[in-house]
Amino acid sequence: MTQQDRTQTADGHLEVEHAHHGPAKGIGRWLFTTNHKDIGSMYLLFSLTMFLVGGSMAMVIRAELFQPGLQLVEPNFFNQMTTMHGLVMIFGAVMPAFVGLANWMVPMMIGAPDMALPRMNNWSFWILPFAFALMLSSLFMPGGGPNFGWTFYAPLSTHYSPDSTGLFVFSIHIMGISSIMGAMNVIVTIWNLRAPGMTWMKLPLFCWTWLITAFLLIAVMPVLAGVATMVLTDKYFGTSFFAAAGGGDPVMFQHIFWFFGHPEVYIMILPSFGIISAILPTFCRKPLFGYSSMVYATASIAGLSFLVWAHHMFTVGMPVAAELFFMYCTMLISVPTGVKVFNWVATMWRGSLSFEVPMLFALAFIILFTIGGFSGLMLAMTPADFQYHDTYFVVAHFHYVLVTGAIFSVMAAVYYWLPKWTGHMFNERLAKWHFWCSLVSVNVLFFPMHFLGLAGMPRRIPDYALQFADINVLVSIGGFAFGLSQLIFVVVLVKCIRGGEPATAAVWEGSHGLEWTLPSPAPYHTFTTPPEIK
Amino acid sequence: MGVRVKLLLLLLSLPTSLPVLANSRFNMTPGVTDISRQVYDLHMTILLICVVIGILVFGAMFWAIIHHRKSKGAKAAQFHESTRVEILWTLIPFLILIAMAVPATRTLIAMEDPSQSDLTVQITGSQWKWHYRYFDQGVEFYSLLATLPQEINGSLSKAGNYLLEVDRPLVLPTDRKIRFLITSDDVIHSWWVPAFAVKKDAIPGFINEAWTRINTPGMYRGQCAELCGKDHAFMPIVVDAREPEQFAQWLAQTKTRQAEAKAAEQALAAMEMTRDELMSLGEQVYLRSCAACHQAGGEGLPGAFPALKGSELILQDRAAHIDVVLHGKAGTAMQNFDKQLALKELAAVITYERNAWGNDTGDLVQPGDIAAARQGQ
Repeated sequence: MTQQDRTQTADGHLEVEHAHHGPAKGIGRWLFTTNHKDIGSMYLLFSLTMFLVGGSMAMVIRAELFQPGLQLVEPNFFNQMTTMHGLVMIFGAVMPAFVGLANWMVPMMIGAPDMALPRMNNWSFWILPFAFALMLSSLFMPGGGPNFGWTFYAPLSTHYSPDSTGLFVFSIHIMGISSIMGAMNVIVTIWNLRAPGMTWMKLPLFCWTWLITAFLLIAVMPVLAGVATMVLTDKYFGTSFFAAAGGGDPVMFQHIFWFFGHPEVYIMILPSFGIISAILPTFCRKPLFGYSSMVYATASIAGLSFLVWAHHMFTVGMPVAAELFFMYCTMLISVPTGVKVFNWVATMWRGSLSFEVPMLFALAFIILFTIGGFSGLMLAMTPADFQYHDTYFVVAHFHYVLVTGAIFSVMAAVYYWLPKWTGHMFNERLAKWHFWCSLVSVNVLFFPMHFLGLAGMPRRIPDYALQFADINVLVSIGGFAFGLSQLIFVVVLVKCIRGGEPATAAVWEGSHGLEWTLPSPAPYHTFTTPPEIK
Repeated sequence: MGVRVKLLLLLLSLPTSLPVLANSRFNMTPGVTDISRQVYDLHMTILLICVVIGILVFGAMFWAIIHHRKSKGAKAAQFHESTRVEILWTLIPFLILIAMAVPATRTLIAMEDPSQSDLTVQITGSQWKWHYRYFDQGVEFYSLLATLPQEINGSLSKAGNYLLEVDRPLVLPTDRKIRFLITSDDVIHSWWVPAFAVKKDAIPGFINEAWTRINTPGMYRGQCAELCGKDHAFMPIVVDAREPEQFAQWLAQTKTRQAEAKAAEQALAAMEMTRDELMSLGEQVYLRSCAACHQAGGEGLPGAFPALKGSELILQDRAAHIDVVLHGKAGTAMQNFDKQLALKELAAVITYERNAWGNDTGDLVQPGDIAAARQGQ
């Protein structure tokens, strides 16, 4: 009865609003907006910008590594590039992309009129550009920007870091606040604003994975803020959290950092699982295989992510018992992850497949993410990890998971929902060019890195021994090609936003779910009356 | 059909061809110790398992992609659950993991047991060099990159062991259990020799243990594996493994030589060097030991490493200048050079810093002054 009441009042209220409210005009629309679609678009555009900024840093790195010797940049600047590339891509490109997708899609998938906390939503986006302005500006300060790797291990980041480290710490704080606000919004929205009849086990998997991700974010972002603050006080206020000379412990930094860092890794991949689970059934014209086991697998991956942090630090000299514990837990993670991959393959099995661009990216995701998973399993074996650790094998591993995993899934999602957002179909031919160029170049870029690492090339070095020369040429060529391929993506996006063949409401033949019941482009206000789910 | 069978055979032959890669530079080295061999076998086994699972999973995927496509008229089935299958593909990977965990555990426990060693070497990392000390032998030395800066910047062509050569390699005996005690003077470094499968972090204020027993004499090369600042790429490790008798011989010789050098050092204290001698030796030492941070022109890197050119400390406080070079500056990257450089070199480099790049203090620092400063005068 209360449900009925609420619906009716909301209805009456919104009818009045409709008469006055469309998007506001001018810059004010974007600055003061509380509309989940506007905020989602801003998040996605911000993410794209950061993807290009972080990508150009990767181009500098690959250009320097094209040949042995120092040609283009000084080692200190090279270290700033590797550090900033990591920070910008993780906190600027991947995470805001997922928050943007959540903003756009979660309300439309659960039949809600907007995010539950719209004003906070505005804040959580608008503090991000300031955080990145702070961090990027440190590159132009005397002594340069952060040069200690995105993992900022003490004491390299405390007593041995450049003067600009304070800016780095503050920008990390702001990014953390933004992430926590975004995560709270997702939790409150999914918990409270589901349409009548949408029970937990009817919730689309994208919402499920994001809900779990949001809890991870709230759990670990304060840990990152804490460790960054300890770095700040060690450097500027004479504390000795991480200085052995004052009774502290540099290894404690790594424990705290990776207690944040490992769940962070899953923060960047769980929403991808949701995206792929949304796209596959559409283009296989067949329901997702094992919905409930997908939910349980996601939850158990999230739970396990708190028990494996020290596998990033097997070489710091832990007791054997601890090494064994972290090895076993890490190996265990491959079980729920395997379940997901098997479920996707079972979803494809005896379906009726077609290969539109979102599907191509989703298929590439499954194969290439699984390759990243395999190398992850190899890295879990502690004795072998002693050989892989801090080499290009690790670089290959996490780029397979993050680029062909997280970023490919974001691209799949963008192509999947772009017609719903803009009301236009994108240029399929160009988009296919984007896909095939990316697919080929990304593998030329990252696959040979496995060999470099196994042959003994350490990561984070601006210059290397001669036996690594030929593979590095290949890798750099792949890198430039992958970078250029993303310009096609930008062209497709711009063209699609400006016009194109009108999209239908369903857009795709096999589409399923509430968002496809709305017209394309989705109106500024949607589901002002909650739909009934049977 | 024929093409498909051939493709299948090709795929199936892939795992068997993996061991061919064993000794190529595309794969991990089996190394020269029993442990490194075990690690290599573990690596190859897990790789093989991954390849087989990959072939099965991707095979099923591609089968669906090829045969179950809409353009071929495939009609979608509507099944979406099977508890039996789900349990099966949870359990099988779990069993595979247990099978893998057994040898991994065995190797790991062996790797972490440095007891009953025949020889102990203390390894200390610092920005950007390694220091080795043979316990109870009175032998110790620094090991620095031997590649010329001109090779790095491209004005000379790069030689065979570019970036993997040092002035003084660590000499070790074969067939002996050698224990390493690993630590650091400044930031975290990591001592890694792939051929021994030893990689252990050097952590300031803490001592890590590792061990090896080398089976074959030879030169083995590795690098620092933990980002340790600007010249992380330029602190290689070279181990010269010799037969035990030759090692004993080398150790005895080095011991005598180092004792002699120490005695000669005392005699130096009374020696007066000319300005030219001091300046030319000083420049060499400066370029080798100081220029990485303070730069060849003494201008430093603003915001990271202070300039020496026009430095107030240098121009106004001679005693403080000598003190900071000798003892370093706590809480910064400035190291303690007392044990790294000889008396003569210290005197020369301080004189050089006080008179180069327009720092015209005009005063000379003699080995005797250093010896006096050492005694706290």
